[in-house]
Amino acid sequence: MRREVPLVLTAMVGLTMIIAHFIPPLNILKDMFEDWFFIIAAFAIYLGVLNLLRINADKIYKKQRDWPFGIVVILGFLVITIPGLFFSGGRSFSEVGTPFYYLYIHVYYPLSATMFALLAFFVASASYRAFRARNVEATMLLVAAFVLMLGRVPIGDWITVWLPEGYRLGNAADWIMDFPQTAGQRAIMIGIALGLVSSALRVILGLERTYMGGD
Amino acid sequence: MIKTHTPFFESKSTFFFLIFLLAILFLLTPFPVEAQETSEVEGEPVEEAEAPLPAPPANVTAKDIPNDKGGAITISWEKSADDGEGANNVTEYEILRSTNRDEGYEHIGNTAPGATSFSDSDTKNKVRYFYKIKVISLAGTSLSLPSNPAFSKVQWFDLSRLTLFILALIIGFAIFYFINSAKTGKELFIRKIAGLEAVDDAVGRATEMGRKIIFIPGIMDMDSMQTIAGVTILGRVAKLAAEYETKLEVPVSRSLVMVTCRETVKEAYLNAGRPDAYNDNMVYYLTDDQFGYAAALDGLFIREKPAVVFLQGQFYAESLILAETANSIGAIQIAGTAMPSQLPFFVACCDYTLIGEELFAASAYLSKDPKLLGSLKGQDVGKFIFLLVIFAGVVLLTLNSVFGWNLPNLAEKLF
Amino acid sequence: MNQENNQEEKSFWEKLLSIDRRIIFLFIAVAIAVPLFFKVSMHIPVTPIVRGVYDAIEELPAGSKVLVSFDYDPGSMPELQPMAEAFFRHCFRKDLKVIIMGLWPQGPLQANMALEEVFKDEDIKAKNLQYGIDYVNLGFTAGNEVVIDRMGHSFEESYPKDGQGTPLSELPLMKGVKNYDNVDLIYSLSAGYPGTQEWVQYAVDVFHVKLAAGNTAVQAPSMYPYVQTGQLAGVLGGMKGGAEYETVLGIPGIAVRYMFSQAVAHAVICLFIIIGNLAFFSLRKRKRS
Repeated sequence: MRREVPLVLTAMVGLTMIIAHFIPPLNILKDMFEDWFFIIAAFAIYLGVLNLLRINADKIYKKQRDWPFGIVVILGFLVITIPGLFFSGGRSFSEVGTPFYYLYIHVYYPLSATMFALLAFFVASASYRAFRARNVEATMLLVAAFVLMLGRVPIGDWITVWLPEGYRLGNAADWIMDFPQTAGQRAIMIGIALGLVSSALRVILGLERTYMGGD
Repeated sequence: MIKTHTPFFESKSTFFFLIFLLAILFLLTPFPVEAQETSEVEGEPVEEAEAPLPAPPANVTAKDIPNDKGGAITISWEKSADDGEGANNVTEYEILRSTNRDEGYEHIGNTAPGATSFSDSDTKNKVRYFYKIKVISLAGTSLSLPSNPAFSKVQWFDLSRLTLFILALIIGFAIFYFINSAKTGKELFIRKIAGLEAVDDAVGRATEMGRKIIFIPGIMDMDSMQTIAGVTILGRVAKLAAEYETKLEVPVSRSLVMVTCRETVKEAYLNAGRPDAYNDNMVYYLTDDQFGYAAALDGLFIREKPAVVFLQGQFYAESLILAETANSIGAIQIAGTAMPSQLPFFVACCDYTLIGEELFAASAYLSKDPKLLGSLKGQDVGKFIFLLVIFAGVVLLTLNSVFGWNLPNLAEKLF
Repeated sequence: MNQENNQEEKSFWEKLLSIDRRIIFLFIAVAIAVPLFFKVSMHIPVTPIVRGVYDAIEELPAGSKVLVSFDYDPGSMPELQPMAEAFFRHCFRKDLKVIIMGLWPQGPLQANMALEEVFKDEDIKAKNLQYGIDYVNLGFTAGNEVVIDRMGHSFEESYPKDGQGTPLSELPLMKGVKNYDNVDLIYSLSAGYPGTQEWVQYAVDVFHVKLAAGNTAVQAPSMYPYVQTGQLAGVLGGMKGGAEYETVLGIPGIAVRYMFSQAVAHAVICLFIIIGNLAFFSLRKRKRS
């Protein structure tokens, strides 16, 4: 029963959602399943939070490796949650001027932006290592990367200002984006979509059971 | 009290009655709202002419919205002649509805100026409705003539999705056919996928070096097919790690994924005959936050220096941070994702990358289960159909643009 | 003497190939930071894909309703916030009505930050825009693409109340706005999932709405196929897209200002690639000889 019930549920919901896409009156069922999804998605947020607190509290209690960082996690959670829930005007907690908004701007935003900014450095080191003209294909990749990197910023047009308009580096970059790049994206998207269809069918038909844990 | 000696006012009551009438007349006279402008010549007041009412919308038509479950009617009209031209003072349109052509109209919605259609999604099926459009302007309002009667009805099949339905049937049939074909023992050719072939070697390398394997199943939840595909590969990696007695760590970003991965790894250790070696702490939850997760993993890589890092699942911007950090510590990396925007980063930084559908093929490829392999072949039929359609489209459009052959209608209808 | 020189040269090229990545990081840091202190105006040509976004908003008459979905977090702020501010300026100057929502929890907050900046403009201050009449913020709701699908039938099913707890029926702007049929344009500001792709799949393909988008530079290339098929009116890609949008609007802002910094950084990366390839070819030539 432990395996059969989830399999039956998966098949029922999956097939209903597919058929409802083509048979409009079945949208009532589709809407009902979507309502259930809304509820589960909302509760999943709580589940994540509770899990985070439980794991870190456990780490602190048992003095496991790096347990001081568990205190940092829980403190950070409380510092954001308590002002947000109790001192920021209830539902208007995200309005300008609330304590929550202040913490968002001065704590969360700089931390998040800093991590994202790491990408700039990693892109540079990855480009330095990866873009070598080892063979024909790698050379084409290198040339395209060059054209795009310079063409997508004003410096590209500035370097090639002596060329007639429409034939500058910026135009070459736009051409690469509009044609070869889009063609490649489209091909990958079609392949991925078909892979998704096949995988989803396997899950719905019960052929793929890894998501239930083991086989 | 006014004294007068004219004969008309001989009677005081008549006089006062006349005054009373004049007063009423005075109070009821509609004086203009705006102040009267004077012309440039002093002493010559210029009277402003009263603005005419806006021209009403014309040709109001209503019809059932096709390919739906009923309960909706679309209304369209020609906009007022004073909307965008003429007096150009229309502020909005009001849509009115009734079940009776001549009376009982009630307000059901508004649209901005310039609008020429509205959807009424609150109708009862098989009930006849009439619609009128009221145009509201600065000068007043005007009402259109009633529309034709219309009623909403259920369509049992969405004809606008017929092409998709046929395609889905063909691909579905192909998948079922090849699954059945595989069940009968027919051998199906699947090309080598380098990333999956390298899994065994990578785990072996970690064993030789005495360092651990870190497996990251993406940052999305179990509702993502890529996560499911990643967890499938985890099962295989966990079984190998159990057999070779190599340390395995699976830090995850979602609680549901943690639960699933624990079950998968436990099952894998059980199947490898090493249930004693399994520990719940091998799979642990870090945080839902994307960059918090990336920061935690980076710290883990630098401190633990794993021999092998698997990045299998759905990734976003953190992909380059993870891949580059793992590269910097000299770990072997086997990545796989169906995110087109992240593939270039993995290809640049990792030793092996499963591109797009290769990730979805992993469960079939690794298990060699005939049913799963059959589904891969079925998906190839779909790809073949797409190739044919694209080729046909390219040919038709090329012929049309180069030779001017009269094929645009056909090409447009098809594509 | 020659042999010694050759040995020195060889080690120089080898050193270059295996250069400590922290040196690269340092150069990049200087390349990005230093230009920020210089005010250099650069000519920014506007590409058709950005003009598509501009035209989609420009052709709307006053009073039209635009639904904007804020689907990003502070990490993507440098790329998407300039687009958000420029979008608000464009809409408010054209007297369009704006309905804000978010599929990411941080989205509505980002919207408030953008509004705070935009409301400092004198011409927009003069309009005395009122919440509930000229703009509303519906806030965040969980559900990802299911929210998009559900809103196609009824906004109230996904958002019974706005971000401040006011029922939609009490907001003058939302009167008569039942679903996508009552909205003239949807604008998606997206940094990942759920985002523009879900809006195309669930709103455009199913309900045939008009959609324009602003994406991060890494996500924008994935949207080009949708622009070519007409599913997207246009896409703003990264800070460059934001700078182009500000240029075509005639309101140069943060994106235009920071383009010089981005241009220098790109040039430095190209320089490193050239150096890397020179080292690679020199070593290869030496090995062959």
